[in-house]
Amino acid sequence: MVSENAIVIKDLRKSFKDVVVLEGIDFVVRRGTVFALLGPNGAGKTTTVRILSTLLPPDSGQITVNGYDVVREGDKVRASIGLSGQFAAVDEYLTGFENLEMMGQLYRLNLAQSRSRSQELLEQFELVDAAARPVKTYSGGMRRRLDLAASLVAKPPILFLDEPTTGLDPRSRLVMWNIIKELVAGGTTILLTTQYLDEADQLADRIVVIDVGKVIAEGSSDELKQQVGGERLELTVAQAADFERACQVIDGEMLHTDPESRTISLVSKQGMKQFKQILDRLDDADIEVEDLSLRRPTLDDVFLALTGHGAVKEADEEGKAVGVDAR
Amino acid sequence: MNEPVVSTHDGTVVYRPPLGWAVNDSWVLIKRSLKHITRNLDQLLSVLIQPIMFMLLFRYVFGGAIDTGETSYVNFLTAGVLVQQAAFGASTTAIGLAVDLQRGIVDRFRSLPMFSPALLIGHIVADLTRNTISAIIMFVVAFAVGFRPNANIVEWALVFGLLLLFTLAISWMSAILGLLVKSLEAAQWFAFLLILPLTFLSSAYVPTDSMPKALRVFAENQPITHAIEAMRAWMVGTPVDNHGWISLIWFIGIIAVSMPIATWLFRHQTPRSA
Ligand SMILES: Nc1ncnc2c1ncn2[C@@H]1O[C@H](COP(=O)(O)OP(=O)(O)OP(=O)(O)O)[C@@H](O)[C@H]1O
Ligand SMILES: [Mg+2]
Repeated sequence: MVSENAIVIKDLRKSFKDVVVLEGIDFVVRRGTVFALLGPNGAGKTTTVRILSTLLPPDSGQITVNGYDVVREGDKVRASIGLSGQFAAVDEYLTGFENLEMMGQLYRLNLAQSRSRSQELLEQFELVDAAARPVKTYSGGMRRRLDLAASLVAKPPILFLDEPTTGLDPRSRLVMWNIIKELVAGGTTILLTTQYLDEADQLADRIVVIDVGKVIAEGSSDELKQQVGGERLELTVAQAADFERACQVIDGEMLHTDPESRTISLVSKQGMKQFKQILDRLDDADIEVEDLSLRRPTLDDVFLALTGHGAVKEADEEGKAVGVDAR
Repeated sequence: MNEPVVSTHDGTVVYRPPLGWAVNDSWVLIKRSLKHITRNLDQLLSVLIQPIMFMLLFRYVFGGAIDTGETSYVNFLTAGVLVQQAAFGASTTAIGLAVDLQRGIVDRFRSLPMFSPALLIGHIVADLTRNTISAIIMFVVAFAVGFRPNANIVEWALVFGLLLLFTLAISWMSAILGLLVKSLEAAQWFAFLLILPLTFLSSAYVPTDSMPKALRVFAENQPITHAIEAMRAWMVGTPVDNHGWISLIWFIGIIAVSMPIATWLFRHQTPRSA
């Protein structure tokens, strides 16, 4: 019996000792869709994925994957999923080809199937030239691609990808996006976590934003964008000395200011009319505007408005989201 | 216990034959661990060089100073080197598992619909293989420096049988160690700290009656001494007493206890927080 929802999570809670990580998460992933789990560092994305893939037991809550309970029917859950964790988990001493072949055999493909599938994936992920080399000679991005390929060997009906494109160059990221789109077109259900909002925007049918263990927003990309209002005006003040004054002159709601780059952005409530007024006021105050643009809201704006901090992952992976004044 | 299931692309799950499933998965991971023997330089060196080094060092550095009665020192020594090398060899499972945990490979395997002890079995069979190769190399060197056994074919079979049983027991214990410490450095350090004193506090290199009382009581009754005494007796004809039986009971006992513990830990242990 195939249920319509590939993943159902009801009131999922998890703590490590006295640290509460998930405080009652609920969501549902429909079969054959891409679902993005979005959140700043430490929000609990990886923890959620680990619980869904039976690596961690939940403290409480009802969680089913492919219609099977993750606690009581772990074996059937494992038979239904592919997992690519946040950090590449491939065997250093085996070659790329051997890694995939091994995964294929563990997923119960026969040797011939397993080999042809491995070859196919190596081509897809552009690893053919490195296929016969031990993985310890691979670059970080190559390992990441091999790890992703490994989760796809058996074509499982449900895939968990924890930050699948972190550490990939733009070209490999596009390759990965295309693979994800193809898989979904073929009926696979994908739950991915990401720090890149454009990725969620591009791929996800539905997005859930979690922060400190709670769902703070859910919807399609467009629905989320609507929550933070209409178009945005972004302007750059020519002289740094005028910046403070410019902020006071404009004095709107939802003002984002960045003295560093001398930019001010605000949400438009009355459209073009309001923008014209602002420009007039700046003109009257004798403040020169260097650059001006009008744009539709992005998921970044959504994220900023919802969590009060940015989503951009710091290169040092210190686990701290950048604090930005959200007023 | 896991159930042998696999899923098809439309999301339905089918059962697979349990025995074939366990055998297939174990074999796949045995092949993996065997490849590590030749591709990991650390492992290759300890398999090839260490038995030669220990044999030669003890034979020529201590050989003249230790009184082993009627048995020549080289004849006395061989069983000791054999068992100590096997103990070190069997600790490779701890190191291998700790590395697998550290690198997240254990997570990957645990998310698969596989026979879960297969990863442990892979490492342990690799230990058995490495120890067999090391033992053969050590015997070649031993013969070259004067080792003259008088064992018949049955006695040789007993020596190798006990060596493998001993390796198996230490490997299962070191699986527990690897799963508990979760890092390469800690596994190496713990294995060294446990195995070095335990193998020296035995009759491996000196007769126990030369030791102080407390040490002697310990040395004479610990399982490693029983294994060494039994193998020595079978190879060069020293008195066998009950050493063979006692070893058998010890090592089967160790396996019976550590196998379920290691399997349980493997299923429940998570890597050091990612
Ligand atoms: N094994 C563990 N023991 C204790 N705390 C843990 C453990 N695993 C995770 N945590 C804590 O749980 C919180 C959520 O971690 P998680 O890895 O799920 O975050 P994340 O959303 O994936 O973050 P990132 O974007 O950095 O990957 C963090 O505060 C983390 O320190
Ligand atoms: Mg994470």
